[in-house]
Amino acid sequence: MSLFNIKGIVNPLTGLSQLSRKPHTLEFPQIDVPASARYRGVHYNDLEYCIGCGNCAEICMNKAIDMIKIEGIEPKKGDSGLRPRIDNGRCCWCGLCVDVCPTGSLSLTKDYIFVSDNPNDFLWTPGLSNPDGKDKRSWVSNDLKLSINSYERVPMPLLDPKERVKSFAEVVLGYEEEEARKEAQRCLSCGLCTEACPEHMHIPEYINAIARGADDESLRIIYDNNPLPETCGKVCTRRCEEICALAKRGEPVAIRWLKRYATERAINADMIKEIVNPPIAPKNNKKVAVIGAGPAGLTVAYYLVLRGFDVEVFERNSKSGGMTMYGIPKYRLPIDSLDKQVQYMETVGVKFHFKTEIGKDVKFEELYENFDAVFVGVGLQNAWKLGIEGEELKGVWGAIHFLRLINEGERIDVGERVIVVGGGNTAIDAARVSRRLGAQVIMLYRRRKQDMPADWEEIEDAEAEGVQILTQGLPLKVIGDEQGKVKALRYIKTKMVPDPKGGRPKPVPIEGSQEDIQCSTVIAAIGQDADYSLFPEQYRKNIEFNRGRIVVNEWGQTADPKIFAGGDAVNRVADAISAIADGYKAVKGIVKYLLGEEALKNK
Amino acid sequence: MRKEKTTTIYLGPQHPGITGNMMVKLEIQGDTIMHAETHIGYLHRGFEKLMERRNWLQSFTIVCRICVPEPDPNEENYARGVEEIEGREVPEKARWIRMLVLELSRIQAYLLWYGGQSGSAGLYTIGQWSVGDRNYVLDLLEDLTGGRVYHMYIWPGGVRRDLPKGFRKKVAKVMNYLEKRLDDYDRVMFDNAIFQKRTQGIGYIPPEKAIEWGVVGPPLRATGIKSDVRIDDPYEFYDQVEFEVPDMYKTSDVWARALVRRFEIRQSINIIRQILDKMPENGPVWNKIPNPHKWRIPRGEAYVKTESARGEFGYYVVSDGTEFPRRIHVRGPAYVHGITLLEKILVGQNIADVSVIMNSLGTCPPEMER
Repeated sequence: MSLFNIKGIVNPLTGLSQLSRKPHTLEFPQIDVPASARYRGVHYNDLEYCIGCGNCAEICMNKAIDMIKIEGIEPKKGDSGLRPRIDNGRCCWCGLCVDVCPTGSLSLTKDYIFVSDNPNDFLWTPGLSNPDGKDKRSWVSNDLKLSINSYERVPMPLLDPKERVKSFAEVVLGYEEEEARKEAQRCLSCGLCTEACPEHMHIPEYINAIARGADDESLRIIYDNNPLPETCGKVCTRRCEEICALAKRGEPVAIRWLKRYATERAINADMIKEIVNPPIAPKNNKKVAVIGAGPAGLTVAYYLVLRGFDVEVFERNSKSGGMTMYGIPKYRLPIDSLDKQVQYMETVGVKFHFKTEIGKDVKFEELYENFDAVFVGVGLQNAWKLGIEGEELKGVWGAIHFLRLINEGERIDVGERVIVVGGGNTAIDAARVSRRLGAQVIMLYRRRKQDMPADWEEIEDAEAEGVQILTQGLPLKVIGDEQGKVKALRYIKTKMVPDPKGGRPKPVPIEGSQEDIQCSTVIAAIGQDADYSLFPEQYRKNIEFNRGRIVVNEWGQTADPKIFAGGDAVNRVADAISAIADGYKAVKGIVKYLLGEEALKNK
Repeated sequence: MRKEKTTTIYLGPQHPGITGNMMVKLEIQGDTIMHAETHIGYLHRGFEKLMERRNWLQSFTIVCRICVPEPDPNEENYARGVEEIEGREVPEKARWIRMLVLELSRIQAYLLWYGGQSGSAGLYTIGQWSVGDRNYVLDLLEDLTGGRVYHMYIWPGGVRRDLPKGFRKKVAKVMNYLEKRLDDYDRVMFDNAIFQKRTQGIGYIPPEKAIEWGVVGPPLRATGIKSDVRIDDPYEFYDQVEFEVPDMYKTSDVWARALVRRFEIRQSINIIRQILDKMPENGPVWNKIPNPHKWRIPRGEAYVKTESARGEFGYYVVSDGTEFPRRIHVRGPAYVHGITLLEKILVGQNIADVSVIMNSLGTCPPEMER
């Protein structure tokens, strides 16, 4: 380099031309530069939409999020009542909490300036601390494809609808191992389902076990508080899935099918025994009688035996299972599956007396005297009548009676066209069974399709099998022919009138809209009643009843301290899992009653 | 000759001439450095260890913090390491977007270097300009990723969001602006006699020792050795874009390293234009991972490398088949450049040139210590 490097001296001076240039940053007066459309600033949470599942707290790698109780938001079904509170001093604004939020309520905003000398001021409850954040949301999770959660369920393989109606073969084929693992992985383990389950099963735990590949452990967890898991795995009404956090924007985790998967790994009773291998307490010389071998009764029997009681189950039918045996068609719950579970109970020491009706074969007094406690789980056996003209005609059935005969293996000629009145699960069962008997089936329901209490999947399956659903129709009269056989059903169309009290809209008949449908069979599936003839008068007067149901306290105990009750005869919800929950409640009640409160602690 | 006494002085850990928090212990005779010793440990945050207690998804938010001026190669490396062990496919568009982010990141890192290199040589004007211009690139990154410095955008399986509307046009506009602006820098910085005097013949790395000493990136290319991960071991779609590795500057001093960077920042602008041309309009940008809390990466290990603005950036990722990384080892270029290489080449240099040399090597204490 020479001293005469003219270029090297002159060229840098061209920088002076920049003096006239508008500066990049300096502005006076100061202007606010708006943040970009997806800027990651402080959080905002839509408190109404948030369900308090806590996934944001779980994913936060700085542990900056706590779930706290805030005023005005109460826990309810599917909502823990907690809301995230963020320590802005720890937050790194990665936005994973937003991308993992199953409801999409959490977002980041364009706000990024906050000044305070008090460290506690940086603890924000998004949405509560910055209610104006709603309009400033920037980093949001509105594209489900870019959300971390998988909102699509692994499809359950089903039998082809054309094939289904030919036989009573099981419709649901069950997950393969690979499918089950994949589905189990979707679970976020937030535990909202545990609260929604009447029996509070350990759902996240057993799903985690399946996801890990520990099927045996999963079965052990399931058997911890459900003695009929395979039944539930096939036919549970799954309140858990309704409130699944993923269900807010997608399909819930297939909790029921995963339970089914775990239970089907054990192919027979011995295998269940080998896997579950529950510790059985030494005999305590207390005897308990269980009337009715339905889900409630079996639960009581199983868990009491494990606690060292002598339990005898009295069942008037030849098989146990109660409504799950006689009310649920075999294409949903095959007989082998129930037998397997009951056999397993026998191997742990439950004694059964079949074809023994209390009040007839054995007197209730005998049980009351000979046993230390009696559990009544008799269920509801009598179908409600439609209460219309022509109900005595040949070809009019109560659904429960109809299903029972079918399940016992009888052949019923339903003719060419069957009308099922009702919209619950029993109605769907009756309709799908009739389809399998070769009839054309119409379901008549007085409200709209979205009001049907039946499981949505069941409704879909029924329709796929060719069941026609006729909504907003009220039966008026069954019309018979000369031989006293059903010929047609007269019904009237209804319109939906909103309930001023805010309840479900009421169906009100539309004048002059009667119509007749030709049919050969009418099945009424509108509800059932209990039969309490087993109680002699002196015991019945001690027990409290309310609208046809036995009244029990929180321990499943009736007004007579020695008599416990549960299942459909007590519980208005009337499904298997509620019956199991009742049974479990009564188990604790009986332990407390016979062994004292202390014994409850050592499980 | 009488053995003269040396004076020991400490440069750092807090010193404007040091590019972060580290210390160089110098023994000087007059102005000349007789011996140099680097001391680190002022910035250790233990990221590698932290990742062993975070699941595979959570860890991705940590890696960007390893290097403040240029976080994206970390994200890229981590994502690619995980994908390689798991065998996860990355959608085509996501791979183009990743390249776009990496090149934008290179440009902003070089712009920052412009400021540092000229500032250490006493030319403070360039720093004011280049940091201002760098903001335009950061604006682009903010539009795309939602963050200005820590983007947390490239994650296993793809990228987090698609391009925003009108983004391509914005990028093209900024690139055109920068290309013009770089000529201003040339006149004020590279033509400047003072800058030339302060850099030419300073901080010489013997080319025959360069590989042995573990030199990578611009300092290696300034010795005349053709070496660039993007060409030697192409990742993403670098094999589908055209660019060349500068090996024409062979003097291996600070000046040559500056020229390499001057060449490469223009080349990056060119690559970005090619990316915008070749990137598909539509398509998925993420191959969804399973639930992060249950996401297990099969047992295995992977070494992945990316060409960062400072050279080859390597990640060694090990999985033992659980939800958490077993080990993630970060091997950045500054680890060698800033510790051993610096000690070697400082000897015999003038004390005023320490900062100049450190900047030319791309010394980055946060990355040395993780």
